[in-house]
Amino acid sequence: MTRHETLDPGKARIAGGVASDQKHDSAHKHVSGEAVYIDDMPEPAGTLHACLGLSEVAHGTITSMDLSKVRAAPGVVAVLTADDIPGENDISPTGLHDEPIFTNERVQFFGQPIFAVIAETREAARRACRLAKIDYSEEPALIDIADAGADARLVTAPLKLERGDSAAAIATAPHSIKGQMRVGGQDHFYLEGQIAFAMPGEDGDVTVFSSTQHPSEVQHMVAHALGVSSHAVTIEVRRMGGGFGGKETQANLFAVVSAIAAKKLNRPVKLRPDRDDDMTATGKRHDFLIDYEVGFDDEGAILGVDFTYAARCGYAADLSGPVTDRALFHCDNTYFYPAARAVSRPLYTNTVSNTAFRGFGGPQGMVGAERIIDEVAFALGKDPLEIRKKNLYGTDDRNVTPYHQTVEDNVAERVIAELEESSDYAARRREIAAFNAKSPVIKRGLALTPVKFGISFTATHFNQAGALVHVYTDGSVHLNHGGTEMGQGLYTKVAQVVAEEFQIDIDQVKITATTTGKVPNTSATAASSGSDLNGMAAQDAARQIKNRLIDFASEAHDVPKDQIVFLPGRVRIGNQEIPFAELIREAYMARIQLSAAGFYKTPKIHWDRDKGEGRPFYYFAYGAACAEVSIDTLTGEYMVERVDILHETGRSLNRAIDIGQIEGGFIQGMGWLTTEELVWDGKGRLRTHAPSTYKIPLASDRPKVFNVALADWAENAEPTVHRSKAVGEPPFMLAMCVLHALSDAVASVADHKVCPRLDAPATPERVLMAVERVRAEGAR
Amino acid sequence: MKARSEIRFLLNGTPVALGNVRPDETLLDYLRLRQRLTGTKEGCAEGDCGACTILVGRLRKGELVYESVNACIRFLGSLDACHVVTVEHLKRADGSLHPVQQALVDHHGSQCGFCTPGFVMSLYALWMREPKPSERAVEKALQGNLCRCTGYEPIVRAALSVSTYGDAVSDPLATERAAVIAALNQMKDGARVEIGSGRDRLVIPTDVDDFATILESEPDATVVAGATDVGLWVTKFMREIAPVVFIGGLDELRDSHEENGAIHIGAGVSYSDAFSFLAKRIPALGALIDRIGGEQVRNMGTIGGNIANGSPIGDTPPPLIALGATLTLRKGSARRTIPLEDFFIDYGKQNRAPGEFVEAVHVPVPDAASRFAVWKISKRRDEDITAVLGAFDLTIADGRVEAARIAYGGMAATPKRAKAVEAALVGKAWTEETVEAALSAYEKDFQPISDMRASADYRMMAAKNLLRRFYVESMGNPANLSRYEAA
Repeated sequence: MTRHETLDPGKARIAGGVASDQKHDSAHKHVSGEAVYIDDMPEPAGTLHACLGLSEVAHGTITSMDLSKVRAAPGVVAVLTADDIPGENDISPTGLHDEPIFTNERVQFFGQPIFAVIAETREAARRACRLAKIDYSEEPALIDIADAGADARLVTAPLKLERGDSAAAIATAPHSIKGQMRVGGQDHFYLEGQIAFAMPGEDGDVTVFSSTQHPSEVQHMVAHALGVSSHAVTIEVRRMGGGFGGKETQANLFAVVSAIAAKKLNRPVKLRPDRDDDMTATGKRHDFLIDYEVGFDDEGAILGVDFTYAARCGYAADLSGPVTDRALFHCDNTYFYPAARAVSRPLYTNTVSNTAFRGFGGPQGMVGAERIIDEVAFALGKDPLEIRKKNLYGTDDRNVTPYHQTVEDNVAERVIAELEESSDYAARRREIAAFNAKSPVIKRGLALTPVKFGISFTATHFNQAGALVHVYTDGSVHLNHGGTEMGQGLYTKVAQVVAEEFQIDIDQVKITATTTGKVPNTSATAASSGSDLNGMAAQDAARQIKNRLIDFASEAHDVPKDQIVFLPGRVRIGNQEIPFAELIREAYMARIQLSAAGFYKTPKIHWDRDKGEGRPFYYFAYGAACAEVSIDTLTGEYMVERVDILHETGRSLNRAIDIGQIEGGFIQGMGWLTTEELVWDGKGRLRTHAPSTYKIPLASDRPKVFNVALADWAENAEPTVHRSKAVGEPPFMLAMCVLHALSDAVASVADHKVCPRLDAPATPERVLMAVERVRAEGAR
Repeated sequence: MKARSEIRFLLNGTPVALGNVRPDETLLDYLRLRQRLTGTKEGCAEGDCGACTILVGRLRKGELVYESVNACIRFLGSLDACHVVTVEHLKRADGSLHPVQQALVDHHGSQCGFCTPGFVMSLYALWMREPKPSERAVEKALQGNLCRCTGYEPIVRAALSVSTYGDAVSDPLATERAAVIAALNQMKDGARVEIGSGRDRLVIPTDVDDFATILESEPDATVVAGATDVGLWVTKFMREIAPVVFIGGLDELRDSHEENGAIHIGAGVSYSDAFSFLAKRIPALGALIDRIGGEQVRNMGTIGGNIANGSPIGDTPPPLIALGATLTLRKGSARRTIPLEDFFIDYGKQNRAPGEFVEAVHVPVPDAASRFAVWKISKRRDEDITAVLGAFDLTIADGRVEAARIAYGGMAATPKRAKAVEAALVGKAWTEETVEAALSAYEKDFQPISDMRASADYRMMAAKNLLRRFYVESMGNPANLSRYEAA
């Protein structure tokens, strides 16, 4: 008899249920090096390795391609080009057919895949790749969005949001300001790079182990490229070494190439690009140029806004449509605009096609809103926090967004008030002023910024999920769902939900790799939706089984259904209690089905993109953060002295995991706004293509004091899984406080009379240049 | 002379003798592909992310010292007579986790987990050295480890708590120390190691004389000490580097001592060792070492390599030039000593004859009357490559500048003295007016370039402002941000 079959009548709580600080399911394997990532899997005999041949011009046509030396190189087994693709030469996720696997004529960005070498070893493939001789007829390339003309090409249809007459509101406002903000992109820098490992099967079958957030899409792409039905393709992913949106669509290329090669050669093929190729050939967060105009009154109340969000989308649409849409959805952040107009410009550029990244355009949208707040505050000589508070959404009125959704769950005011108090904002504001008055070189800055982030895929149909739960006769449970694990703890949270339903310890729930063979037609694990969607689907599956068990027990033991209660590790049936496993065995003997497929779709949401109206979001997640920084006005170097965060996660499924998301998201957001700078040269070559040149934050970049608190009074107003809230993306934007604290410190050199208009990323260079400009303007 | 054609090392608990070693084979590939020890990960293959961190134990004057290093750019051939410790070695025999591992689990220190083995190994090295580290020591130990998920907070919390999970004295690497020393001593048999033939060959000389002989006869051989630069020639540029001469194990090149008012640093002394020695006499250099690479790179990279590769953005030449350092070059048995600044001729061109190598650098200890400072500016504070680095050694007496040596990195094709600026200062009263007047001389000294690290304008502005900072600080006003309270 195993442990869980013994009856423990006094057991008050299961281990690892909902709202426990359950550790990540793989933590012990992470630390011991035993967690298996795709590159760690044993390689079957005959495994081959692929390397992509990338273009070396940004725009033009291929005039000649000589791959003979590549083919003749030691260890090379095959070279694949566009001609070797049995099905469609396309991996565009939106069906626009604008993203070839291999280009054979037109080159549209520096780093575009042209061919693949398949060799006995990875090193042989990499070396052979360099022997290609490709000539191009180069054409002028559009690299930077600042160079895009008014009639520049768009990769997808733009969006317009409009509420009220913003032009009139701005024209009649007592004050108005126009400006422009530049906000940089960001590389995902997942520590595990892209990778796919394809195993050929019989008939047209292939199984691909893919480091992907979106197994179903990879499945469809592989099927199209091979010219087979989806049922021939199985995609599996146990875990990723980080994703952050970078493996939502960007995994497709690697999976497709490895699958084509594996089928062609009938051997396993692995494709793991070097970090430089990964950064060069895969999309990133979009950088934006935001044009804004704001009208406001003497007190700082915003009367009207007009935004244009131009984004560097790269050569293909990829997810740029929904990304730029989401930027517009967040041009309000937590603020009510009596009149608003916002348009997107998803610009075609000769750069890699940009893609999803934590926040998905939302962060870029929000920094526009916060810039406007700064403009108003500096124009009126007020603390930006005062302007923020003045313009918050109301509860019963002033609560309609530019996309006509009513904000029903607004807690921004309370979150800000509590954080203002706990961070001691007012006193520190005074101390900093006193410090700056005495310190000629080092200046301090302080800022408190809020976040309101819309939860749901804005493409309504993506808001569905499936799960598969089996209960075996010994009472152990097998759990599978469509969500993928990239470190965020999704597997752990969903297992907690299932453990809670059955009232069994979490170690009785086996978490299994995501595979298209078990749960079909899944959505990407993205948009912070993982737990909301898959948690509910798994709960549904567990409840189906539970209901069958209740029906069975009621009949078999002749007790009313309401007297059957799942207690920790056991089930009370009338007056007796039996171990969970015993009930399962009885049910099995009585031929009760102990497996169920669960399903969930998010209610209430709808969105009419043509009209720019609807309820794209099921609910909003809120938070606020306060940062204090020091800057060196001689060099622009800076230090984050202290950060205080208050974030609301509803009734958290797992506080430890949620705090991990908040801390990690904040630091990642801080990197985006400070040291992470993507630099393309005039030829369109990415010069920051490795950690030596692209600088994500280090442990020593953490705020010296870092206080993170959850708003534990909060619960989701909507009936989400255990009334929790999504937490993947919202904390990323808390980092805006760092940009604004830097801005505040810069402003101090001219007595806060000149808006620093500090762009992002605020590298030491940008900070110093802003200091110089503010000083010069302040002296005028 | 004794010779053998295999390298010998300890891999975790197992002695290994290996005759088939390619000259450019990395330790990471050996571990992952040949040994299937897949706990050690490849994140960047250039020594910047730390996912491949392992420990190398090596005998130094009889002492066994373990250091964290990057397996991705470490060559297998450099590990003769070393103890290689990977993450697979940490779990106890009973399956329980090592204190460092358990602390990370309990503090939710892993999310995606890919970087985690590297963090475990960096923290393991720290724990052996400093069982109860300060937060500063933890941050310093982790400068070469990137994590994209956690924001580091739980990792640092875990690191600060490791000592509550177990004690370093009873750690296997401590209790088995005598046996490991004995094993390594046996491997250190004084033989020259040669593997391969013709040009496709690696050589480990027995001593410096042997090295000098080898290099004189094969002047185009690639000399590898720490491999923090050459490693990338292989992993990133796929350059053919054979024949390779590994000199990292030559104890004679790892000697530092003070003599006749100068500190002598052997070319093979690592950044970590050199700076800990230098900082005792020249404290301003102590702050610079924390800004060079990550801990793993500082453990591997050598002063000699940083000079010999002639990079315009190497961080050691400018301060050493400002201090008036000299360099000893050796070819065969012939030696010559030149001012360090004369070594750098132009981009990619140094004053070094074929078959000649950098043997040692000599750094005069500044006298009490001089004021020395060195500041590095980079996009990210730590583990970043220099945008601008300025080093100042000024002697100010009776309010006048008596002598000035100023050198910069990142401002020209080589590390370079700011001679026009020096001239504008020497003999003048040490006042703000003098400093402001001297700023225009920067344009005579430097025409910096724009690249991904900084624009030319910023480089020039920041370079000038470092002189201003030097002035402000000389007046007793702090003008430099520091993450840590002054030690």
